[in-house]
Amino acid sequence: MLNLLIAIPIVAAIAVAVGAPAKKSALAAAVANLALTFWFLFGYDHAASGFQFRSSAPIVPDWGLSYSLGVDGLGLLMLLLTALVTVAAIWIAPKVEKREGLYYASLLLISAGATGAFVSLDLFFFYAFHELALIPTFLMIGIWGSGDRATAAWKATIYLAVGSIVLLVGLLALYLSIAAPSRTFDIVQLQALAAQGAIPQLSWVYLLLLIGFGVLISLFPFHSWAPDAYACAPAPAAMLHAGVLKKFGLYGLLRVALPLLPEAAQGWTSLLLVLLVGNILFIGLATIAQKELDRTIAYSSVMHMGYIFLGIASLNILGLSGAALLIFSHGLSVAVLFAISGKVRERTGTLEYARLGGLAKPMPFLGFTFGLATFASIGLPGFGNFASEILVFFGAFRHAGEGLSFSPFQITTIIALWGVVISAVYMLRAYRATFLGEINERWKALPDLSCALRPAVIVLLAALLVAGFRPQMFVNLVTPVVKTLTAAK
Amino acid sequence: MTSPLPILLDITVLAVGLILLLWEAFADDREKTFLGWFAILGIGAAFAFSFFVKPYDFSDMPQLAQFYSGDALAIFYKRFALGATLIVLIMAVEFRPLLAKAIPGVGQNAGTGEFFAIPVLTCLGLMWMASAVDFIMIFVSLELVTISFYILVSYMRRNAFSLEAGVKYLILGAFSTGFLVYGITWIFGITGQTNLHRIAEVVAVLPPEQHVPLLFGMALVLVGLGFKVAAVPFQLWIPDVYQGAPTPITAFLSVGSKAAGFIVLLRVIEPFLASPVIGAKLLAVLGGIALLTLLYGNLAAMPQDNLKRLLAYSSIAHAGYLLMAVASWRNGTVAVTVSYYLAGYLLMTLLAFLVMVVLNKAVGGDALSDFNGLGQRSPILAFGMLMAMLSLAGIPFTAGFLGKFMVFRDAIAQQHWALVVVGVLTVGAGFYYYLKVVRAMYWNAPSDASAITTTPLVKTTIGVLVALIIVLGVYPQPIFKMLRQPVPSAKPVASLTSTPTVAKHF
Repeated sequence: MLNLLIAIPIVAAIAVAVGAPAKKSALAAAVANLALTFWFLFGYDHAASGFQFRSSAPIVPDWGLSYSLGVDGLGLLMLLLTALVTVAAIWIAPKVEKREGLYYASLLLISAGATGAFVSLDLFFFYAFHELALIPTFLMIGIWGSGDRATAAWKATIYLAVGSIVLLVGLLALYLSIAAPSRTFDIVQLQALAAQGAIPQLSWVYLLLLIGFGVLISLFPFHSWAPDAYACAPAPAAMLHAGVLKKFGLYGLLRVALPLLPEAAQGWTSLLLVLLVGNILFIGLATIAQKELDRTIAYSSVMHMGYIFLGIASLNILGLSGAALLIFSHGLSVAVLFAISGKVRERTGTLEYARLGGLAKPMPFLGFTFGLATFASIGLPGFGNFASEILVFFGAFRHAGEGLSFSPFQITTIIALWGVVISAVYMLRAYRATFLGEINERWKALPDLSCALRPAVIVLLAALLVAGFRPQMFVNLVTPVVKTLTAAK
Repeated sequence: MTSPLPILLDITVLAVGLILLLWEAFADDREKTFLGWFAILGIGAAFAFSFFVKPYDFSDMPQLAQFYSGDALAIFYKRFALGATLIVLIMAVEFRPLLAKAIPGVGQNAGTGEFFAIPVLTCLGLMWMASAVDFIMIFVSLELVTISFYILVSYMRRNAFSLEAGVKYLILGAFSTGFLVYGITWIFGITGQTNLHRIAEVVAVLPPEQHVPLLFGMALVLVGLGFKVAAVPFQLWIPDVYQGAPTPITAFLSVGSKAAGFIVLLRVIEPFLASPVIGAKLLAVLGGIALLTLLYGNLAAMPQDNLKRLLAYSSIAHAGYLLMAVASWRNGTVAVTVSYYLAGYLLMTLLAFLVMVVLNKAVGGDALSDFNGLGQRSPILAFGMLMAMLSLAGIPFTAGFLGKFMVFRDAIAQQHWALVVVGVLTVGAGFYYYLKVVRAMYWNAPSDASAITTTPLVKTTIGVLVALIIVLGVYPQPIFKMLRQPVPSAKPVASLTSTPTVAKHF
């Protein structure tokens, strides 16, 4: 059944590429996937937990390679994020003037790649599906991007390609480090091996995985591809990439690196803490210095990865649940922000703060929703981001130091809390500069978002509010997964 | 039970080649495309026939068995040669009008017949080489291949580039042959044998004072083979010859010559691993060559703006990955890795060249700028080229990715960290120059928006190649099965049936 989730967007992409009505087919496929995802969500047996809806077909038995699919709570959460953002991204896509077929086919392939990676239970396909999205991204930025799109496309593609191959080397080293007869790419079997202590805890293998995934997540100092790529990409591509695809690396840490190499991971905690402070402080300050709306959002999406890393590094139930929920909430909030900034660019042709202002008057809907997304992004109560960041901070702060002194975790948490202030500074400034204040004469007659496109934004914001008011719904999904992670430690 | 002998394949191809030569000699002066169709039919039939051939050890024919092997590896490479020749002939039929322009003669039709006959004979050489287990036999078959290439490379006699390419290839090829023969004589001098199995027996018990002359001989052989596979520092001829030769021949050269070099390399290195001391030195040298080849091929490919030259450097780069696999020798897996990689390389390279031939005919050039906007002018050609480039770059779900996956796996298993690190960087470089082609086809606007038409044969071939690239990239088992077919005899083929060695700590 999970095959359908991958097959629908791929078949739709092919159909669109050979000439089916582009937007309609793509939207139909995305909505079908969303419906299917809900079907899986309600069909999942929470009492039994573990991987469900499993299927497996052997590919190379000698290597222990098979095409295995299955989801658990974490996988479902990622699927829900993917399906929601895909629907919104395709729904809100503007009228494409050149090569509409290729445009929607690329979007569908990015979504299919992410979906495939989240449902794969085999390292090979887990990796392979993620790479499926690489070329569509290259084409999206290159053909329909804005600004210095060529540089951005090249930089992101080469960066991601090299990051992926480092990851591949790490995965292969992990695979080869297991004694020959029990070597396998199957994640479920690997987790069983890890539980038996049959996976050597080589710390350099974990480092390779951390760097490989880190590049994909834009972990400081491997982040420099991300702001350029997101700022130049067309809005739907930025929504999908920043909202969903980038989360692949975080999902990989939770799904592969931590469960399989729990002891090796311990040795790199300090390094990860230092790097994530880089994400929060360094990138946070860099975000304040941005003079354009799209670059502010792009940088902020890099900065927020720091909080997720903090939750992952804390390795306790609170922190990890918070990280998982923040993956979900951040994916939604950044998607809304990119969607709206894309609409503003469509109307004004620029996103420079100096030339914008007062847009809430002609575009009340966009202004209001952008305000909500701003609050979500800062981490104000009521939105999923608040709930998850609280969990992350509490989880990290639990690592108490000896006596009265602070532990490195607590110091990092204190610094990270200042990050919230930094977010408030740049997000509120962005909101003021774009939607409040004096309006430029030229913008006075601009139309608001048409009613037909509004559901795309409303769906994402509604999901954010649900996550903010009933976070336990989502936390309950991931708790069983998180428990096995902390047990592995 | 009695399945046809492997040698029947060689005989079939020989017959097809001879018939073509004679037919061309006695045919009327008319358009010679029908010879191409006959060659395609003949090679296609032999290709289909090859799937009924089972490995055979020829123990009932001891004379033949001394120099001829019918193991699974041999049959795989025979099939490989047939497949490559088939696609090259399809390209040759497409290319004939261009060829005719570049040949002086009485009429439009003069002198294009042999263009279909000689590739068949080259194929025969490749097939013999796949079976050769004796240095003399290796040398003879290698010469059959090389000499037919001398003719083919300089076939376009009115074209200065083609002639230049021919001269360069002739001189350097003759040189490399000299090295090869000289090396063989040294090895013969030390071991007293030319048969590879017997050499292995001698090498295993060779006194240490004779190691140096033997290694010297092997080094010379490596120089000779280095020319064939395009390894650094024997790669200088590649770009000019690739650019000057008729495009179908460039394709044949890059696939056929490389496969020939690697099957011989696999066969020739194995006896020397019988002595761990000699084996370790040999593999260390190969590792060094692999490192240089990876760096040179990938870095030099980056600034190219002519697709033929780009593919020439890419051919060097892929020789680097293949050498990386050979240097990370693991009994039982090295042959599978190299063969699978070559099979994938065949599909993607020939696909790229096929698109180039069609475009050549329509546009008249092979600069990257000629590909601008191909996505709009001919979606099928652009899609074919896109898949070829993605596979060459190593995007998952293509045969090229799985090949690289296996190469890296072997290198990591043998802890060749220098090769792994350089490999990671060069894969990144590869993304850049292969995607340059994608950029030209999809980002850039066409200078001339007219559509490019393609014949049904070309469309079918592109479709088949793309399908094979994806299918083998996801489900490689058919190729592994071909390579693991047991030889029905008590005498196992060492390289394929011995159990995989497990690196200790790893």
